[in-house]
Amino acid sequence: MSEKMRTYKAHPMSLLFSIITKIAVIITIAIFFFIVGYVIIRGVPYLTPSLFEWEYNTENASMMPAIITTFEMVGIALLIAAPLGVFCAIYLVEYAKKGNKLVKWIRLTTETLSGIPSIIYGLFGNMFFVIFLQWRLSLLAGACTLAIMVLPLIIRSTEEALKSVDDSFREGSYGLGAGKLRTIFVIVLPPAMSGILSGIILAVGRIVGETAALIYTAGTVAKIPGLFESGRTLALHMYVLSNEGLHMNEASATAVVLLVTVLLLNALASLVAKKLSKGEK
Amino acid sequence: MIITDIENKGTAGAAAAIKPKKFNLHRLGESVMGVVFFLSACVSIIAVVLICAFMFVRGCPTIAEIGVADFLLGTEWRPLNSTPSFGIFPMIIGSIYVTAGAIIVGVPIGLLTAVFMAKFCPRKLYKWLMPPINLLAGIPSIVYGFFGMIVIVPIIRNVFGGDGRGNSILTASILLGIMILPTIVGMSQSAMKAVPESYYEGALALGATHERAVCTVIIPAARSGILASVILAIGRAIGETMAIIMIAGNQPRLPDSILDGVRTLTANIVLEMSYATGLHYDALIATGVVLFVFILLINLLFNAITSKKER
Repeated sequence: MSEKMRTYKAHPMSLLFSIITKIAVIITIAIFFFIVGYVIIRGVPYLTPSLFEWEYNTENASMMPAIITTFEMVGIALLIAAPLGVFCAIYLVEYAKKGNKLVKWIRLTTETLSGIPSIIYGLFGNMFFVIFLQWRLSLLAGACTLAIMVLPLIIRSTEEALKSVDDSFREGSYGLGAGKLRTIFVIVLPPAMSGILSGIILAVGRIVGETAALIYTAGTVAKIPGLFESGRTLALHMYVLSNEGLHMNEASATAVVLLVTVLLLNALASLVAKKLSKGEK
Repeated sequence: MIITDIENKGTAGAAAAIKPKKFNLHRLGESVMGVVFFLSACVSIIAVVLICAFMFVRGCPTIAEIGVADFLLGTEWRPLNSTPSFGIFPMIIGSIYVTAGAIIVGVPIGLLTAVFMAKFCPRKLYKWLMPPINLLAGIPSIVYGFFGMIVIVPIIRNVFGGDGRGNSILTASILLGIMILPTIVGMSQSAMKAVPESYYEGALALGATHERAVCTVIIPAARSGILASVILAIGRAIGETMAIIMIAGNQPRLPDSILDGVRTLTANIVLEMSYATGLHYDALIATGVVLFVFILLINLLFNAITSKKER
């Protein structure tokens, strides 16, 4: 320790640099805990039973319909995006040959998709699903928009997971006479499952927290919607409340529910992913 | 299911006769699923083509109708006047100011954090510090916006006071700077970790201190990864919508100081979509096209840098 101090004495700039990096880390970590702590402490006192009443009205500003809408939205969006994303990754890893031109295009487009901001998805969803396909502002239009949005996330995590399965598994399976399809579903997918799952959980987190892509595709009606009816998810509910400015306390309570849900989902995703890397050892 | 049914019912002779059929069914399944996988793989291509087609086909004629110069460089946004004017120059400037502000706030902190995480951090501590940084990326932008509205806006209002209401470029820059932190930290630190250990050891052998070795050897060696993280962060910042709407003030005019409110391209779309019709609606799509072009350029730049790195 004293040796270290002596080096620092001879090189004060090194000491300075070491100190400012430490300050930066402390700032970053402090920001996280401050945001989470502030939102929770401010919102928890307003988490009253009336916020969870079945029907929304301007008096109780209940978030129950929004919660149920969020579940519906997650379910439908995943029903579309999960198979597509997983199948796409299977094609990329198991079927496509090296130097395949299509693969290059798929890579390029998934990267493009992951860079597009959510408001552009919202605009597109509004033009395509809502107006062109005449689905109006509806759960389905919102879910389809979100499905495209989370597709790259699912493709990438599934791809990584499939690649991490050792080739000897596949060779063994072929050697025992199994076909390609059987090899994929029985041999390759099970060990890749936790990686795929962690990607899907991350996708759920994004769907739950999304606002900009939904506001003009799913609309903002505060009721439990059918497939072709408008409904607002929890994040959108919170935006509408804080935008009106009449229910700030209810908005902060909603923020708590939203934040805790999303953070838990993210933590769960990395936990599941960690299980994967442990399994490899 | 069908196959096993046949197998169970049939006698040995029948099973032998059916065997080629079973084989065919199997082959059929293989090729059907092969096609399904192939089609699923094409979805992302179709999606990008559709998005581009809808944006450009609807947006470009509108820009032509308004006039390219009038649209991009016009400073008046009065869509509801009897002779409406659609100039989005203030919004373009707003987006650029806010993004630049976010970079000024976020990059130094993010980069220094990344240096610490990659090279100075004891392994035990790393396990505890990295999850919060990653979770920062998971917080929904609406929650960031809410936090900015109830915490940062009042602080700015109290510190700088006067006529400013606290909804300003400065507020938006600070909040966006926070929002891009995880992007910068995550990518930069993995870039720094990827630098071969021998570089660092060589610097130490030449008598450099640990910090000096990191500053003069590791950071320059990781510069393309660091640059890529900054570009990705710019993309995030310029596309951010909901958080910005809640704190940036949204006045469609050219700002005089960083305490003035601005409206970004993204905010313009969300604020007016709900009641826009006709040319107004098309002008909002065109605003989206301008944003989309910005994003595509940023993506292109990002791809150029990362693919260079791979080589």
